[in-house]
Amino acid sequence: MTAPRRWWKTLIGMALTGVMLFPVYWMINVSFTRDRDMRKSPPSWFPVDGTLEGYRAVLDQQLPYLGASLVVGLGTVALTLAVAAPAAYSLAKLRPRGGGALSFLLLIAQMIPGIIMAMGFYAMYLNLGVLNTLPGLIVADSTLAVPFAVLILTAFMSGIPQELLHAARVDGAGALRTFWSIIMPVSRNAIITVSLFAFLWAWSDFIFASTLDSGGDHQPITLGIYHYIGNNNQQWNAIMATAVVASIPATVLLVIAQRYVTAGVTAGAVKD
Amino acid sequence: MSRIAQAPNRRPAPAIGGSVPTGRGHRKVWRPRAEQLTAWAFLLPIVVYLVVFYAYPLYRNLELSLRDYTVRSFVQGDAPFIGFDNYAKVINDATFGPALWHTVVFTVVSLVFQFGIGLALALFFVRNFRLSATLRALFLVPWLLPLIVSSSTWAWMLNSDSGVVNAVLGMVGVDPVNWLTSPDWALWSVTVANIWIGVPFNLVVLYSGLQAISPAVYEAAALDGASGWQRFWSVTFPLLRPVSAITLLLGLVYTLKVFDIIWIMTRGGPSGASTTFATWSYRLGFGNLVPSFGPGAAVGNLLIVTALVFGLLYIRVQRRQALA
Repeated sequence: MTAPRRWWKTLIGMALTGVMLFPVYWMINVSFTRDRDMRKSPPSWFPVDGTLEGYRAVLDQQLPYLGASLVVGLGTVALTLAVAAPAAYSLAKLRPRGGGALSFLLLIAQMIPGIIMAMGFYAMYLNLGVLNTLPGLIVADSTLAVPFAVLILTAFMSGIPQELLHAARVDGAGALRTFWSIIMPVSRNAIITVSLFAFLWAWSDFIFASTLDSGGDHQPITLGIYHYIGNNNQQWNAIMATAVVASIPATVLLVIAQRYVTAGVTAGAVKD
Repeated sequence: MSRIAQAPNRRPAPAIGGSVPTGRGHRKVWRPRAEQLTAWAFLLPIVVYLVVFYAYPLYRNLELSLRDYTVRSFVQGDAPFIGFDNYAKVINDATFGPALWHTVVFTVVSLVFQFGIGLALALFFVRNFRLSATLRALFLVPWLLPLIVSSSTWAWMLNSDSGVVNAVLGMVGVDPVNWLTSPDWALWSVTVANIWIGVPFNLVVLYSGLQAISPAVYEAAALDGASGWQRFWSVTFPLLRPVSAITLLLGLVYTLKVFDIIWIMTRGGPSGASTTFATWSYRLGFGNLVPSFGPGAAVGNLLIVTALVFGLLYIRVQRRQALA
């Protein structure tokens, strides 16, 4: 294959990427557009005469939502790891009787549509009195990530050499000690992958937020955007500015952890 | 993983029963009961979790669908048991037929295009060229964005009066289309947005499938004088079939439960023109002033049965491939 042909491929590739990412560009462009230019025809293709009004609106109105999302995201990561990591260790290394059935249940669990879980959680939370609370939302959001986390971590931990665990046992480490001091540090990469996805899914969740937290004092950013669309559908620069800000975690994730993301997509590959 | 290789091996591994247990079914257990106890102690959190946060909500959902709930009895919990009346009500509802049809169309059209475009892009990217890794990473962006972000962006792009899509169509002399507010177009609009979101997933999985095909196979085909197109049909496509099956089945299970995109863009409207089972269930349960939890849960359970049928098929296919 000759060099000029390769350059053609790069050009075509860039064109395809441009088409694919046009909506993302448009979101950014609109976020800088002035109110009076919003309904101009044809629209401004570039944010010349841009405004920061939209972002000012984000700072004024959306910070509490962003804070709530951050709390929910981190809480979901913590809960997911606390439940999934010991389970994965057991399934991968301790060979519990009935472990296969449990793995099967987890595969099934991640196929349950979110709306069904939401309705069940709603009924349950109403009786427990935890509707419209962040802990309630964290628990619900963690159901998006836990099955995925167990499957990924189990696959990874199965690859840890048995000799390592034997060495630990000979040194007098019990199962708990082995788990904490050997399995967890060695599984760092898989744990990062799982944490990134758990955070992203919790951050992006709309269905649980809208059903379980729509009347809460602390609502996540997805509801912030949703209320925006419902209330003042004139201020699209503010809506799109919020959308841009809400996309930051995904962007950061892609930039700093691309290989983990790709690993996560191909290893079982889940998204709601 | 290099850390594992360098792990301190202070003492030589002991020979238990003459060999280090490695593979499945080849281990020496000296205290099976204690070992099982330990194993299950580590599983305890997830078992409790699954029972409380999966099984119980699902049970509540089933119960909702079998009782006649009103707002009052929902709080008090004394709704009368009515068997499958909610299901009968839902199936005889005027929305049932269209919602079923929309779900099928939305799912099938989304899958065909997501897979087709994803495969074409994977084939394009599989031969590395300058910047190919970077561009491939950028393709992941639509998949990683929160669905509310992509959905509201698409909603604004497809806006009848001020959307960029109609502006571009206007330049080439096409009249504005009411993408989201006309019953003829709403379902297609949400399908397009869903395809856009699903392409990256298909691209990444199919790309890794393509990479797993040994170059030697292509060389052999080239030696036999196969043209590019023949190589694709007789070599790539058959070898990619297992990965394709997995991708499509997973895509199917996940497309069936798509809710956010449709709800945010059209709320299933106008007049139900883009209502699928997922949005219908949500509207029954949460979208009206007076919620009808019973029928909502019934629709949800019909959806879950469909998803599980294909989910089990997926697991079967995957198992068979793992054995092969």
